[in-house]
Formats: sequence, structure tokens, C-alpha cells
Amino acid sequence: MAVAEAKRDAAEARLSALALPQGGWAGAARAEALARLRAMGLPGRRDEYWRYTDPSSLVQADAPKASLFDPKDEPMAFTGFDRVKVVFVDGVFDPAQSDDLEAAGVELLSRQTADIHWAQSLYGVLEARGQTPVQRPLAALNSAAATEGVLIRVTGRAVKPVSLIYLHKSETSDAMLHHCVKLEEGAELTLLENGPAAARFNKVLEVEVADGARFHHIRTQGRDHERRAVTHIFARLGRESLFKSFTLTANGVLTRNEAVIELTGDDAVAHVAGAAVGDGDFHHDDTVFVTHAAERCESRQVFKKVLKNGAVGVFQGKILVKPGAQKTDGYQISQSLLLDDHSQFLAKPELEIYADDVKCSHGSTSGAIDETALYYLRSRGVPLRQAQSLLVLAFLAEAIQEIEDEGLAEDIRARLESWLARHGQ
Amino acid sequence: MTALETEDQIEVRDGVDRETIETVQAMAGKYKYGWETSIETEYAPKGLNEDIVRLISEKNGEPEWMLEWRLAAYRRWLQMEEPRWAMLNYPEIDYQDQYYYAKPKSMAVKPKSLDEVDPKLLATYEKLGIPLKEQMLLAGVEGADEPRKVAVDAVFDSVSVGTTFKEELKKAGVIFCSISEAIREYPELVKKYLGTVVPQSDNFFATLNCAVFSDGSFVYIPEGVRCPMELSTYFRINAENTGQFERTLIIADKGAYVSYLEGCTAPKRDTHQLHAAVVEIVVLDDAEVKYSTVQNWYPGDEEGRGGIYNFVTKRADCRGARSKVMWTQVETGSAITWKYPSCILRGDDSQGEFYSIAIANNAQQADTGTKMVHLGKNTKSRIVSKGISAGRAQNTYRGLVSMHPKALNSRNYTQCDSLLIGDKCGAHTVPYIEVKNNSSRVEHEATTSKVDDDQLFYCRSRGMDEEEAVALVVNGFCKEVLQALPMEFAMEAQSLVAISLEGSVG
Repeated sequence: MAVAEAKRDAAEARLSALALPQGGWAGAARAEALARLRAMGLPGRRDEYWRYTDPSSLVQADAPKASLFDPKDEPMAFTGFDRVKVVFVDGVFDPAQSDDLEAAGVELLSRQTADIHWAQSLYGVLEARGQTPVQRPLAALNSAAATEGVLIRVTGRAVKPVSLIYLHKSETSDAMLHHCVKLEEGAELTLLENGPAAARFNKVLEVEVADGARFHHIRTQGRDHERRAVTHIFARLGRESLFKSFTLTANGVLTRNEAVIELTGDDAVAHVAGAAVGDGDFHHDDTVFVTHAAERCESRQVFKKVLKNGAVGVFQGKILVKPGAQKTDGYQISQSLLLDDHSQFLAKPELEIYADDVKCSHGSTSGAIDETALYYLRSRGVPLRQAQSLLVLAFLAEAIQEIEDEGLAEDIRARLESWLARHGQ
Repeated sequence: MTALETEDQIEVRDGVDRETIETVQAMAGKYKYGWETSIETEYAPKGLNEDIVRLISEKNGEPEWMLEWRLAAYRRWLQMEEPRWAMLNYPEIDYQDQYYYAKPKSMAVKPKSLDEVDPKLLATYEKLGIPLKEQMLLAGVEGADEPRKVAVDAVFDSVSVGTTFKEELKKAGVIFCSISEAIREYPELVKKYLGTVVPQSDNFFATLNCAVFSDGSFVYIPEGVRCPMELSTYFRINAENTGQFERTLIIADKGAYVSYLEGCTAPKRDTHQLHAAVVEIVVLDDAEVKYSTVQNWYPGDEEGRGGIYNFVTKRADCRGARSKVMWTQVETGSAITWKYPSCILRGDDSQGEFYSIAIANNAQQADTGTKMVHLGKNTKSRIVSKGISAGRAQNTYRGLVSMHPKALNSRNYTQCDSLLIGDKCGAHTVPYIEVKNNSSRVEHEATTSKVDDDQLFYCRSRGMDEEEAVALVVNGFCKEVLQALPMEFAMEAQSLVAISLEGSVG
């Protein structure tokens, strides 16, 4: 099999350009991840799960150059919120710009402390579980090679959101971060992420949400036009737990966001949502895999994309209902608004169901702005651009509604409005 | 269906019409077509090689160009790998361990008319409900206001036994004959169109078919002609350990119209049998083709022993402006179904429709769906797919809707619903949606549910037993597709839906 060989060669080439960390508490997990990666190889264009996104720039040994962002172009997200800031510059932790981590109960992956038993049972573990039935070699690469990231364990209700800020200063930076978050029974945490991170960014977030715990995740990816990113969220949910993740993506030549969510306790709820707006050289890929392995769980996938000037939006979503996962309520919607004739929307919304007493549905649509709605608004005296902007925001509303905190939702809405204004909508 | 005896023992209860009872009653015999015709058969040697390809070509009295075409396909096939992307699980197929050609000995000299055909063969079709007489209707179908004629091409193992109404069709200018005859009699037409919709190298199973196809039907409807009757082909596998590889080519010239029906059955056997067919349809300007299939190959027993492996490539090329194709399929048989009837909407304003009911029970596995490739402007497509899984069966809808950059102002609407009966089966949906322009609209909807308890309760409270009630609810679920079938098939399909689900309740 020449293809499998080429994939393994690509993995070796990539690994040879990296300094792999040795030893430490995560040593065994990293060695296993390395073995996984070597067996799989790195993805190629012919892989079923990469048919709509070319992985070559994510796979190649050196990061392609990405020019820096003009800060006048877009304000930083979440600035008005009381939060614990953890700042990484090109993937390197920056204590000067960060808040006191110890007080907030945030550990760093790079500080090899003794008492991290809980992280040992998480690091690379959820990633490994997420490798079947679909391989995610870039996540295995991350587990094997990442040396930095945060380790957060929450036992009660976190007072402030933890805010991970990724700054980009070098045009050729190639960053890798690996975060582990564990919410113990009944705990609650809001995790914020924003910033372009690096010229090329590979990030893994592993989240264990124990029984009755609640996890909120809001992130914005954007700013730098030439950046590339591949991110993975691996989450495992206990009984009556809640997981909510929302991502806003604007700009970036290539973004692949994978979310692999496993509902293992009865009555758990998982919502994953995304809004992506792209103008020009923009390729955005949401790949979501939700597994229902317990009874009476609810999952929602809501993904909306607004595309213009040749931007490409990809959605690959799957709901897998395992045998015995009765009374599952699974919902999935992927929609795109194509603002001109050069943009593309490529979708593969899948259902795989092995239990009979379930309610699962998915919908996918693609089209232009509704001319009648536009006409209606204009006939009421709304100027064309404002009317278009209004309709675009209305289109994205269902995804933004997945953010529970009204203040954060408003922040996202304002960012979208200003993006639309800058991009002539 | 356990408690059903003979017709007169059953009283028609209030709220249950006679038809429902009869439908359910028809199921008592399980797979109705599992018998075998004992007839002397001539086989080609077992296995597959160039000599077998040459032999098939020679048996069909083919010209040299056809043999070359087959050999080229065979050589290419040797380089190809069997596709494994479908959600189907079956043991490795040994392509050398079967016969590629089987023909009743009585067909050694091709009968000149139906009167000369071996009575055993005629009796076979009679028993299948497809009498090879120039009759007014397909057997068992009543209720048409006017008697309707249906011409039949009957294919038995590797050969066409006979074609009815040939003369009458000829008067209208319609050519309806076996493909082997067409290759001899109308080589120019065959040369011009064969392999232009499904190319020789299309996929593993289609390429295999190109090399070894033995018979099938050929239809040519000339410009402006509305085919005076419905055409149909009935495929029967009889010989053991033999693969059937039929090839159908339908050409609807400008402004022509034809409705084509296809049916198929096979005897019950403990071993699997391979069926790899190719259907090509060419539709020119303003022409319309309706292609309906009731696929009822032997599905295997409850344990998954035996049954047909059905790997089929069907594709229509809407070459002309305003051309139209409608695929309707009821898939109830086969142990394995791998089938994606597709439409290439090349002509501006062309239309493609796909209506499907796929039922998988016991150990059956079906991976079926369609491709709608929009190339021309203002093209429209509609997909309605209903998948039903019961027993331990797996049923997958797999489809592609592709809007090319130049397919401006095109539309697609897709609806695929799955129904699960029992907690050991699976229902899956794998749609691919590719939109490359913004004036086109694509809408895809899918749902999965179980038979609604309220509906069942309602039926039961009206005195129906549980299996009757399920059959009724399922027929309701399939209604949209059943309505798209020609009447000859609608009735059969409706009862098939019930048969296939037999034993799946409780």
C-alpha cells in the first residue's frame, strides 16, 4: 500500500523536524501517542475525512509563513470581562502578561509538578479514545510532541472564567498546545480562548466533565489572514453533565476544528456550535463526531457559515448512537450563506444509528441571501448594506444562541457586526 | 404472519380494508420466489479469465469490436481493487469460484418466436406472475380503467428468453430487444452509446460487468415518439453458483418518452450469488425516462445464509436540454445491496428525481442512494429516500448532491427518513453535499425514528394485530415513494414492504 507508506513517511519527516520531549509524568502517554502516530501516518488528500480539506500545509515539516496582523483591524475579544488571563505568545507561556495562575488553580503542562495524578488519567487518554472509528493523526502528533498547555482541575464553581489568549509575534512560528481540563462532580467552568496563536497552530483540548458538572467553552479564532490552525476538542461527559462549546472563526487561510464528544453518562447534554465568516482566501472546516453511549442524552450541532469571494466552508458532522443508547435526542444543522458565485460549501452530515427508540435529525442547506426578505427590508426603508447585514446576522443567530452567557453572546455579536461592516456587508 | 389461514377464514373487520388483509396474507409464504426451475443448463467453465470473456462474446455471436471492448475492460479490472467504503460487511468474494455464463440447453438455438420457447421456461415466468404472452396487463394487476400493455424482455440466467410485443413496438419505431441482439442488429447505435454513461473504468463492479455481461435489454425510442406501452425486463437467476451480469442500455432520443420497469428474483440457496449489473440511460433534448425497479432477489434466511450480493451501477445522463429522468426503486431483496442510481444533469433545465424505499430485515445489509450531479443551468433534482431496518439489518443511505460552478439557478431537495424496528438493527445516513455557486439552493433533511407508538396504539385499538398495524404504518411511511411507482409496481411493492418486514415485530 503505497498510500499508507507515504503517510508514514510524512509522519517521520514531520517528527524529525521536532524536538520530542522525553520523560516526565506525561512520558508514557507521549510515547504511546508517538506509536499511534507512527502506525497511522499523517493524513493525505485521499483520506475520506480530508476529502474537502487539503491537509498538506498542516502536515509539511515547516510552517508556511504568515504575516502578522494589523491590530487596528480588529479588537481583541473578551476585553471587558473579569477573567483569569493565561497568555501564550507563539505557543510559549508569557508570565508577564498573565494573571496569577496558582490562585486560579491553573497548572502549566511545562511545570512538571508531582501531584498531577488526575492529569495523568486524562493526557492523551481521550485523544486515544477519539482515534476510533476515525483516525485523527494530527491530534496524536500533538499528544506526542506538545510541551506546553494548561492543566485545570475544578472541584466547585470557578469564580472567574479562565481565558486563554494566544498572541502571534513571529511570522514563521509553529505552535503546539495541549490542554487538559477536568471538572469534578458538580463543578462548573467557563473557558475562553482567543487569538491567532501562531503562523501554524496545532491544539488539543481534552475535557472530562464528571457527573452533574457544567462546562462552557467560547472561543474566537481570527485576526491573522494567513494563519493556519488544526484544533481538536476531545470531551467525555458523565451523567447529567453539560457541555457547551461555541466557536467564532473569521479570517485565516486554513482552519480545521474537530470536536469529538462522547456522552457516556445518562441524561448528559452536549451542544457544539460554530459561526464562521470568510472573505477571500479562507478555508474553514468543522469536523464533529458526537457519540451517544448512554440513555436519554441530548446533542446539538449548529454550524453556520457566511462565505464570499471564493471562501470555502466545510462541515463534516456525525451523530453515532450506540446500541442501547435509547431515548437519544440528536440534532444537527449545517447551513451556509454564499454571498457570491465563487464561494463553496461542502458538507457531509452523517447519522449512524444502532438504537430504535431515538429521535435524530439533521438538516443542511446552502444558498444566497433571500431576495424577498431583502426586498421586504428595503421597502421598509432599510439601506441595502444594512439590510444585508441584518439578514446575515439573523442567519447566524441560531449558532450564537448556543452561548448561555448573554454578555459573552453580545461580545460575539458585536464582533460579527464589525466584521461584516469591514467586509462590505 | 402467523395466524393467517386461507382467504375465506378471514373476515374483514371494521376499519381494515380487504387489501390490507390480502397484503398481509400474501406474506404468509415468506420469500415467494425461492423455488427453482429444474432445467438442463449449459455452463461455461468455472472461473474468470480472458478465455471466458472470449467465450461469452462468441456465444453471443458478437463482432470483433465488442470482444476487444470486453477484453480491454477485463484487463483494466485486473488492476482494480474492490471498493470497501460502503457500510457493508461480507466475506471476501472469490471471483474464480463461480460460473460467468449459464444458459438453458433448450436455448442453444435461439427460438424465433415465443411459441418456440421451452415450455418449462414459459412456465417459470408464468409462475413468477410474468406470463410471456402478449397480454394486456401484467398478471395480478387490476383496476386500471383502460387495459394497458406491457412489453416484457425475460432474462433467464445469462440469456434473454424472449421479448414480447416486438412487432407492435417496431411499428412505432421503438427498438426493444436483448442487448446481445442489439449488438448484432444495431451495432451503430450500441457503439455510439455503450459505455458513454458508465465508462469502462467507472468502478470495480461496472468494469467486471463490461468484461462479462451476458445479456440484458436494449431500448431505443426515436425522436418524438412516446413509447406506446410500458417496457419491462424481468431478471431471473436460476443456475447455482452463477453470477448474473446484465447490461441495459436505454436511449430516449429528442422528445421521446418511455416508462421502463425492472423486476428480479432468484431461488433460495445457502450460498451467496453475485449479481453485478450496469444500466445506462441516455436522455436527449426534451425526452423523459421513468425507470422503476422492484428488486426482490433472494435475501438469505434469518441467519444470513445465502442471498444475492447485488452490486449495481445505474446512471442516467440527461444530455439534452429539458430532459428528465425519474428513478424509483423498491429494494427489498438481496443479502447485500450496493446501488446508487444517479443522474448527470448536463442539459440546461434538465431534471432528475430519485424515489427509494430500501428495506433490510434479518441479516440483510443495504448501502444505497443516489448521486445528483448538476452541470447545466436551471437543473432540478429531488431525492426522497425511505430506509427501513428490522431484525439485525443495516441500512445506509449514501448520496451525493453536487452543484458545479456553472449550474446556475439550480435546485435540490433531499429528504431521507429512516425507520427502525427493533433494537438490534442500524440505520445510517451518509450524504455528501457540494455547492459551488450561490444561485443554487440545496436543502437536505433527514430524520430517524421508530414506529410511532401512538400510531400503533391507534391501529391496535381498531382491532388490527401488531404485525398488521406495523405493515400499515410502514406503508404510510413509504407513501411518497409508492405513489411515484407505476401502478403495476405500486401494488406489488406495497405487499413486498409487508413481506420484508415479516417477523420483525416483537
